[in-house]
Amino acid sequence: MSQELVELRDLKVAFDGIQVLHGIDLTVGRGEALGLVGESGCGKSVTWLAALGLLPGKATISGSVCIEGHELCGAPRQALETVRGGRIAMIFQDPSSSLNPVIGIGQQITEALTLHRDLRGETARAEALRLLDMVGIPDAPRRFNLFPHEFSGGQCQRLMIAMALAGEPDLLIADEPTTALDATIQAQILDLLIQLRAETGMATVFISHDLGAVSQVCERVCVMYAGRIVEQGSITQLFSNPQHPYTRGLFDAIPRLDGPRTRLVPIPGTVPNPKHLTAGCAFAPRCAHAAAPCDFHRPQLDMLEDGRRLACFNPVLSAGTAPVRQKLVEGV
Amino acid sequence: MVRFVFARLLRALITILAVVTFAFVVLRMSGDPAQVMLGPDVPQDAVDAFRNAWGLDQPLWIQYLAYIKSIFTGDFGVSMRDKASALQLVLERVPATLQLTIPALLLKLMIGVPAGVYAALHRQSAIDRGVILLAILGFTLPSFVLGLLLVLVFSVILGVLPSGGQDTWVHGLLPTITMSIGGIGILARFSRSAMIEVMGQPYIRTASAKGLKWSNVVWNHALPNAAVPIITIVGFMVGSLIAGAVVVESIFSWPGIGRLLVVSVSNRDLAVVQCILLMIAATMVLSNLMVDLFYGWLDPRLRHQTAH
Repeated sequence: MSQELVELRDLKVAFDGIQVLHGIDLTVGRGEALGLVGESGCGKSVTWLAALGLLPGKATISGSVCIEGHELCGAPRQALETVRGGRIAMIFQDPSSSLNPVIGIGQQITEALTLHRDLRGETARAEALRLLDMVGIPDAPRRFNLFPHEFSGGQCQRLMIAMALAGEPDLLIADEPTTALDATIQAQILDLLIQLRAETGMATVFISHDLGAVSQVCERVCVMYAGRIVEQGSITQLFSNPQHPYTRGLFDAIPRLDGPRTRLVPIPGTVPNPKHLTAGCAFAPRCAHAAAPCDFHRPQLDMLEDGRRLACFNPVLSAGTAPVRQKLVEGV
Repeated sequence: MVRFVFARLLRALITILAVVTFAFVVLRMSGDPAQVMLGPDVPQDAVDAFRNAWGLDQPLWIQYLAYIKSIFTGDFGVSMRDKASALQLVLERVPATLQLTIPALLLKLMIGVPAGVYAALHRQSAIDRGVILLAILGFTLPSFVLGLLLVLVFSVILGVLPSGGQDTWVHGLLPTITMSIGGIGILARFSRSAMIEVMGQPYIRTASAKGLKWSNVVWNHALPNAAVPIITIVGFMVGSLIAGAVVVESIFSWPGIGRLLVVSVSNRDLAVVQCILLMIAATMVLSNLMVDLFYGWLDPRLRHQTAH
């Protein structure tokens, strides 16, 4: 059996005729943890919402999304409903508003258990309580019938994770699961995700703009910019030697907690409007390394000798490891 | 919860008292019942005797206190015109009005809410645009214009439905339709916007991501959330079950509360008008109270707010 669990090929998404995703090629192996990083609006979440058919009706999707050889793109609604939650589960950025405010949390979890594992009544309740215990909700039997507003943000994300685990999925898409939470809770949720992956063996796609979090959770990482993957490789490759100027820029923008205070190096400008993309590299207007061809030709995502993939005419040559990256690499 | 209900009941009583007081003062300031009842050319003695008999010669505040006292003892006064108990006169007319307003309310709910929800789920489609257009047309067309239009088409031109009276259920068709069209439009608009807002919420995406069937997402996850704003409007409609038929009853000569109110106001039949206004206020207040309690049942966040 193939080691690839999910395979995206040339996935394109357009909203009202404006293309926001320009052909994403991506594979997720069984049990693998893949990170997807980039600034807001670069298409990280859209990629997976499109793959699961969760985008609104005005979105046009083309390309291929396969789970173990079964095509999802253009599949009937019923086929998608079976995959959602059952094979691929997804958790979202704002846990408090991602849970239905008028339905008790116990019911929200047992609903998924009934749907995907045909558990009902007391059996479903017992399993839901086991899941709640697994994700670290204290005093679960007493709180089974409470509503989402009676839990904190961190606990709501734990509830979301319990709900996602209910279908025993092969892949969990965590779409910025810690962005709306404070730092200590973020660390707890990251630990929980790592622990659950170790226990269940499910693959994880971790969408984030927090490189530190990605380095903790993932083995491989894709950097996205303006609807394209610009660099892809193992955590060690990218963190020790980022070659795309954008990846490098993301690292340089991380503040240092130790050593002398130094000025952060931001990436100048903002992510381009999808309406006004040029024929050249989308990052060229913000890139310090941009040269003549960058403005007119778009670099392809090519495989390098070390196994990484890179889309850049003028990659950043390794010039020693910056202190912040060094810290992150040591943590990997 | 007990404190909440008690506070709401007290507020309801104050509202009713305010309406009763306002009606009492305005009715007495806006015309002399003695002049209206007896006509313009009666001798002063007769007018004085009439005023004395009905207590109208007393200072206003004494009349008011006596009125409030009698209300609390269950005495709503006597009609100056029919010399019968005002309450009895009013109660006799209630069934006729409800014969129109309850079917009209059911029509509003059965057509307005599904049309709005359907339009929201098929946003920007031809059906959605059609629903919006009809809804706007429905609630901008005044009931007196719509009533007359329906009479013109169905009674005068086609001759298939009666234009007035209360003899058979067929007589109730045109007034019921006239009364329901505006409400259907309002409910369709509100249901549509409530549903559009809810369908854009992250928890709907979660429900879909969970693998639930689309119908389950709509019925079990979206509709209970969209129900709160819809219930507010339905509350107003329930509250106006008694009062909502004044114009339509007059157009279709339907012998309900609305017509009684119009006749009693023009006759300055104080006790009857006051009794009707009291009943209208009580229905509206009661319906609002029910809506408040219903909110808590629908949305646990509001339940906990009120509990604290």
